[in-house]
Amino acid sequence: MPIHEEHLIRPENLKTQEDLVIDGIDVSGHWSTFIESRVVTDYNEALEEEIAALPGGEYIHRCWQCGSCTNSCTVNEVNPDFNPRYWIYLIRMGMESELLRDKEIIWQCVSCNKCTYACPRDVVPEGVMKATAHWLELKGHTPKSPSMVFDEVFTEQVIQTGKIEEGRIIRSFFKRTGQELMQDWLVEMVKRLVAKLPVTLLWKMGLANVLRPRTSGWAGARDAIQDYVDEKNAEHRKALRLDELVELAKQEAKPGQQMAAE
Amino acid sequence: MSTEQRPYRKVAYYPGCALEGTGHAYNRSTKEVGKALGLKLDEVKNWNCCGAMEVKNIDPKIQTYLSSRVMSIAANEMGHDVVMAPCNGCYHNLKKADYDLKHDDESRQVVDRISSKAGHSTYEAGQVETIHALDWIKEGIGEKELRSRVKNSLKGLKVANYYGCMYTRPRHIFPEKDQGPGSESTSQPHFMDDLLAVAGAENVDFPLKTACCGGAHTLSDSDTSTLLVLNILRAAEAAGADVIATECPTCHSGLEMHQVRAEKKFGYKLEVKILYFTQLLGMALGLSPKTVGVHENVSDSMPMLKQKGIA
Repeated sequence: MPIHEEHLIRPENLKTQEDLVIDGIDVSGHWSTFIESRVVTDYNEALEEEIAALPGGEYIHRCWQCGSCTNSCTVNEVNPDFNPRYWIYLIRMGMESELLRDKEIIWQCVSCNKCTYACPRDVVPEGVMKATAHWLELKGHTPKSPSMVFDEVFTEQVIQTGKIEEGRIIRSFFKRTGQELMQDWLVEMVKRLVAKLPVTLLWKMGLANVLRPRTSGWAGARDAIQDYVDEKNAEHRKALRLDELVELAKQEAKPGQQMAAE
Repeated sequence: MSTEQRPYRKVAYYPGCALEGTGHAYNRSTKEVGKALGLKLDEVKNWNCCGAMEVKNIDPKIQTYLSSRVMSIAANEMGHDVVMAPCNGCYHNLKKADYDLKHDDESRQVVDRISSKAGHSTYEAGQVETIHALDWIKEGIGEKELRSRVKNSLKGLKVANYYGCMYTRPRHIFPEKDQGPGSESTSQPHFMDDLLAVAGAENVDFPLKTACCGGAHTLSDSDTSTLLVLNILRAAEAAGADVIATECPTCHSGLEMHQVRAEKKFGYKLEVKILYFTQLLGMALGLSPKTVGVHENVSDSMPMLKQKGIA
């Protein structure tokens, strides 16, 4: 069958032959585009459970593959490779290596919730995207995405003081991601702002950098949230068997044991 | 209904972090519009961040706790049964926290546990109703009364009303929406259109009312955000709008930032202006551009407002 929707298939899975004759029949040209058959042996049968153990992934098992999420997706419109329906499918099948091919873009979900609005099964695909991005980082498949760094900078400040101060967040984010703060478009924006603002307001905004806004009497909440965060982090590590993996890696790294085995 | 009998005449006010920073003009114009209309705001004492779009990515239940603390103070310490949040993020998170506490045992347990350790009374689902600044004005003053108070009509001003994501999605956390005539719609929101039409503006047919501006990744994935903002700005211009009216500080600063970024980085210069709906409404009520903080916006609307005879 001719493949009209070639963009749905990865280029390396397409085989094109200029001259192909089978049983005396020339099947080259338009008909010579084939998907190469392959055998998948490296299933991770725990993949769905691992994603479901992370916040946001809880309802992945409800999916019946209607594709409403991808159909409504904001990021899919910008980048057709961003395909929540397909990733949910891969996770439920346990096809980890296939999922890893898209590891660099999964974090790009903008949380617009169009998928969650459209989903007839309440899968909360937006949450699944966040859980999957989180899983990729915990398992060491990707470094922390810029988005995760931003979320961490933000959350740390909220836990510490109860409030956020945008200037401080932007500075910490650029510092942690090793970016130049003086980006031309940011400078231009500040210039346009400063040109019109009265000195009093600028002074007030400047002062906010010295006196950090904070919720008073926050210490109790801070400690209680931190306790909860620590507990949850331990749970996630356990669900993903991270400590076992670390132990395994250590064992493999010990030269003495290798010799003993020989 | 006489004005005094209307709901929301005095509500707890939760400005949120953004309105003390980049969204300062929204805070100022919201308060001024309230003053001009005789609607009273009682700021939530010692409030904290609602968790915005970031904390939920670390753990959604911390976000539920953060939002519930704000509602607990309004209800248990100040005796309010309505909280008004002008920021879409705050509004969304308070709504979502209330929904989760009503429907999810684990959320209740986490909130109870952190609240009791933190030493304040826990928030029970349903103690307060969270409303947006749009509900506050639409229900608190009503269109008829609002019309009679317009001193400086926005006649001749073409407006594209931009609502963003968090005001309508996901549907299940807004049970009062989609309830037929008079209620807000999640697919075709119209409360801002209604209010600005009363103020004399001409609302253009704008197809991207609830499109995403990429606000969550405004700094971490700037190119995607710029692309999404460009879509919105171009659609507004194509619809013939002079100005995009906003009702969220994140959307507003996203549109402003990426309008500059699109020009600096990709060479797309778009002329459409960006103003908070409270700024437009305030000017229609006779307040000066300065009073509603037009000078605090990055987008310079003054020449356009002068040309239209509004400023």
